[in-house]
Amino acid sequence: MYEQIAANKRKSALIAALFVLFIFILAGVFGEMAGMGRAGIIAAFVLATGLALISYYSSDKVVLAISHARPATKDEFPYLVNTVEGLAIAAGIPMPRCYVIDDTAPNAFATGRNPQTSFICVTTGLLAKMNRAELEGVIAHEMSHIKNFDIRLQTIVVVMVGLVALLSDWMMRSLWWGGGGRRRSGGRNKGEAGAILAVVGLVLAALSPLIAQLLQLAISRRREFLADASGAMLTRYPAGLASALRKIAADTEPLEAANKATAHLYIVNPLKNIKGAVNRMFSTHPPIEERIAALEKM
Amino acid sequence: MGAALVFLIIVGGLLVIAVGMYNSLISLRNRVDNAWAQVDVQLKRRYDLIPNLVETVKGYAKHEREVFQNVTDARSRAINASNVKDQAAAESQLSGALKSLFAVAEAYPELKANQNFMMLQEELSGTESKIAYARQFYNDQVMRFNQKQQLFPSNIIANMFRFTEREFFKIEEPAAKEPVKVQF
Repeated sequence: MYEQIAANKRKSALIAALFVLFIFILAGVFGEMAGMGRAGIIAAFVLATGLALISYYSSDKVVLAISHARPATKDEFPYLVNTVEGLAIAAGIPMPRCYVIDDTAPNAFATGRNPQTSFICVTTGLLAKMNRAELEGVIAHEMSHIKNFDIRLQTIVVVMVGLVALLSDWMMRSLWWGGGGRRRSGGRNKGEAGAILAVVGLVLAALSPLIAQLLQLAISRRREFLADASGAMLTRYPAGLASALRKIAADTEPLEAANKATAHLYIVNPLKNIKGAVNRMFSTHPPIEERIAALEKM
Repeated sequence: MGAALVFLIIVGGLLVIAVGMYNSLISLRNRVDNAWAQVDVQLKRRYDLIPNLVETVKGYAKHEREVFQNVTDARSRAINASNVKDQAAAESQLSGALKSLFAVAEAYPELKANQNFMMLQEELSGTESKIAYARQFYNDQVMRFNQKQQLFPSNIIANMFRFTEREFFKIEEPAAKEPVKVQF
């Protein structure tokens, strides 16, 4: 458990460092291209650090916003708020803030930087379909993600790796279609700028496997099994979570608010529409049958 | 000279380790106290909810006087309990009285549909599970504290400074383990 926390903190720092380095190189190349010299390097460094800090401090809000989550008040969702508060007591951590997504597909995730700044988000479908023992199982699983600092790593991955993937995607496309800003930069240094962008594009293309690898850091099967196990330790009732997982898996409706970047945050993969071998290869979660079997053995 | 230095280093090292063990025993003990205080916070919340609940039920079921009296008596006994054992006994009595109160409420459909009553019922069952979780957390902390005192080598420090083991929270009243009997 403690090694897991240390490993999560280490990996989070590694991803943040790679992110700073990446933005720094990218901005540096642009500065060089624009002929800004030393000022360009400094600007690139400030930009990279600033962007990393903003991502670190706002990543949880970004994740909640792209999932269309809204705060859950005690008046509206007393059942959820009470359950979260109870399990926070059992786990001995401050109470996470509760959010809901208005969607009938049952699912849940946790986000935040540390146990002091953490959020638990569930869909209204989950609240409607689970009984108390099952909901407690799900919340306990999320509580373990918070306690183990899984949330920090996973949330940073969503925002930082997501941003890098977005940037590289955008640059590859502009390379493909425009040959480097044909419309704006005019004809004179078009060839030179095009050449630089082509180089950057190639570097980014070479980086994509690395990006995929970074995503893999966050998507560890062990992490889900561990959260299941320590969640069961909190409720002392593994059957509750097992039954909840079975119910969620049996529900075929995909969750609209989830996308590829946030899928690995959820308790069960919310993108259920793709099936087959390819899907398993890029699977963000261990097969649900294995998780249920592990819980039933406890 | 060399031997004296080595001796000093060994003694210094042992001292540092001993201080570390002493400090972790102290912080574990504080966590146990804090965990117990958490239980009290939740218990207090339950005591505060009960008068409201009784008033709401009274509005619909006036003649169930005995049930109300049981709940009120058990509540004041639990609040005024002077030691942990008395409190545990009064608590389990209170739980039983509340269960029969809710069983009585079953017979009044209008009461069951009352918004305020439903909210109080949810609050109360939420608070009860929080009490259970707080006690579970207390027991977890007690286990860690006691284990630290028993394991070698921290047991040496624990004995030296007379740390005492804490008691687990256990429900001793046989009544609390039995299901509640409801008479009509």
